[in-house]
Amino acid sequence: MKLRNLHNTNTFEFYIPDYSTELQLPLFDTGISAGFPSPADDFIELSIDLNKHIIKHKDTTFFAKVKGHSMKNVGIFDGDLLVIDKSLEPQDGRIAICQIDGEFTIKRIKKEENIFWLIAENEDYKPIKVTPENDFVIWGIVINSIKYF
Amino acid sequence: MFALVDCNNFYASCQRVFEPHLRNKPVVILSNNDGCVIARSNEAKALGIPMGAPAFEYKNIFEANNVFVYSSNYALYGDMSSRVMNILTRYSPEIEIYSIDEAFLKFKGFELFDLQNIGLDMQRTVTKGTGIPVSIGFAPTKALAKVANKIAKKYPERTQSVYTIDNEEKRIKALKWTKIEDVWGIGRKHAKRLQAKNIFNAYQFTLLSDEWVRKEMAVVGLRLKHELQGKPTLDLEQPKSKKMIATTRSFEKPFTKLEDISERVSTFTASCSEKLRKQNSHCNMIMVFVHTNYFRKDQPQYSRNIIINTDFPTNSTIELNHYAQIGLKAIFKEGFHYKKAGVIVMGLTPNNETQLSLFNISNPKHQPLMSVIDKMNKSYGTNKVKFATQSVGRQWRMKQEKLSKCYTTRINEIININL
Repeated sequence: MKLRNLHNTNTFEFYIPDYSTELQLPLFDTGISAGFPSPADDFIELSIDLNKHIIKHKDTTFFAKVKGHSMKNVGIFDGDLLVIDKSLEPQDGRIAICQIDGEFTIKRIKKEENIFWLIAENEDYKPIKVTPENDFVIWGIVINSIKYF
Repeated sequence: MFALVDCNNFYASCQRVFEPHLRNKPVVILSNNDGCVIARSNEAKALGIPMGAPAFEYKNIFEANNVFVYSSNYALYGDMSSRVMNILTRYSPEIEIYSIDEAFLKFKGFELFDLQNIGLDMQRTVTKGTGIPVSIGFAPTKALAKVANKIAKKYPERTQSVYTIDNEEKRIKALKWTKIEDVWGIGRKHAKRLQAKNIFNAYQFTLLSDEWVRKEMAVVGLRLKHELQGKPTLDLEQPKSKKMIATTRSFEKPFTKLEDISERVSTFTASCSEKLRKQNSHCNMIMVFVHTNYFRKDQPQYSRNIIINTDFPTNSTIELNHYAQIGLKAIFKEGFHYKKAGVIVMGLTPNNETQLSLFNISNPKHQPLMSVIDKMNKSYGTNKVKFATQSVGRQWRMKQEKLSKCYTTRINEIININL
């Protein structure tokens, strides 16, 4: 199969496949018996498993979907899939899923003397001050945000 | 030493992890088909809603007290349970998962460790990592661990949800505090008999003579007495394969035709067969039963069951359904309004111990076929691949009007976080 150039822009070159030629390949319809020697056998790597790379503690990892834009400056957008680990300690500066007064929200946390600040990553949102009067729980720490294009 | 770890109000706690507005609010969970209450949050218990309360009778009470009512969501509870249990296995290699929300752990050779501290760490790690609060009781025997667990649960502030019975004084105090009817393994009948004998708490029970206990409560009762005295008699149990597997359901409306019930029986058989294959067993007998609605005194009543010996051990849906249909035809009678049917497979043997008969064996071609069907149903959702005797369009639906989402097992049902 050849590729035929279709159209060029400053950033992309578009091609379409050209099926005008064909190459006949033999088909072994008897099946390949086990033990067929392959030069690649010794070099087989495990396939990439995203679970292994992204999820460190599977028993405490949960997923959530983002609605809204208050974290857009760190690249967390509406519709993203968040990976959350509940077992991590809430350190200063981490992005956390919090429950405040019965609602879920996601913000960067800033710790001060017995006060928490919940800081949005968007100029249009003011930081929220959490005091002992609020019903406040840090539900989990965000470790990844996965986007779909 | 043993530990009993028990999730507090497990089903209600599972809902709360993903629905923060439920904190400190009364929550109840209903049984399959939204029939009656099977789990309650502390707030619901405080309202006096009893276990087993029929949902329709309590509808007004739920509404008047703003009780949050949920259908049981076993996909969610099962996933959360396995997370809790997996975390517990980090603490001891010896664990017995006793139920969906309880596990016994054995701490053999931990004499140099402070178990109370290990317990506090377990409690914190599980609660933080999963959002499910747990109570933990430590003691030298399983029955005493149950007692210690009850104390931890009853006094969470004083015990930080972890209580250890590690000396005689604590053991006796705990047993005096435990009502006889609350002792693990003492049923209502025995409790009544003991109360008639002026035995009101677990400590008084341990003062009875071995002879009397053995005579009145058999060896099981005697073991329990020794356990409560602090002599370890029960060890962790290994999971056993089930002895029988049943799928029985009520119909949403009465059926009068054989072909309608026949379709249900096919579906129940398919479900039993799938469970058999899942636990690597064959069965030698299949029972089919049907009955009418007992509550309709105005209608003629009929109920009957039949047990059929299969000619060879099998777990093939095709073969089992063949026997089930023969059974159903034999017991079905015209002229009744049938309300319920069921299929039970019995005489289970592990796959590797099946007795082969000389002339009749299970069709060997069925095994690979069944395993493909099981795989497909696992990846595409249950009952996508059906047998022709099952209705194609009909999906058996439980009444689950208040089902929450499967927050942890379905990607399109995970929580939404509003920024």
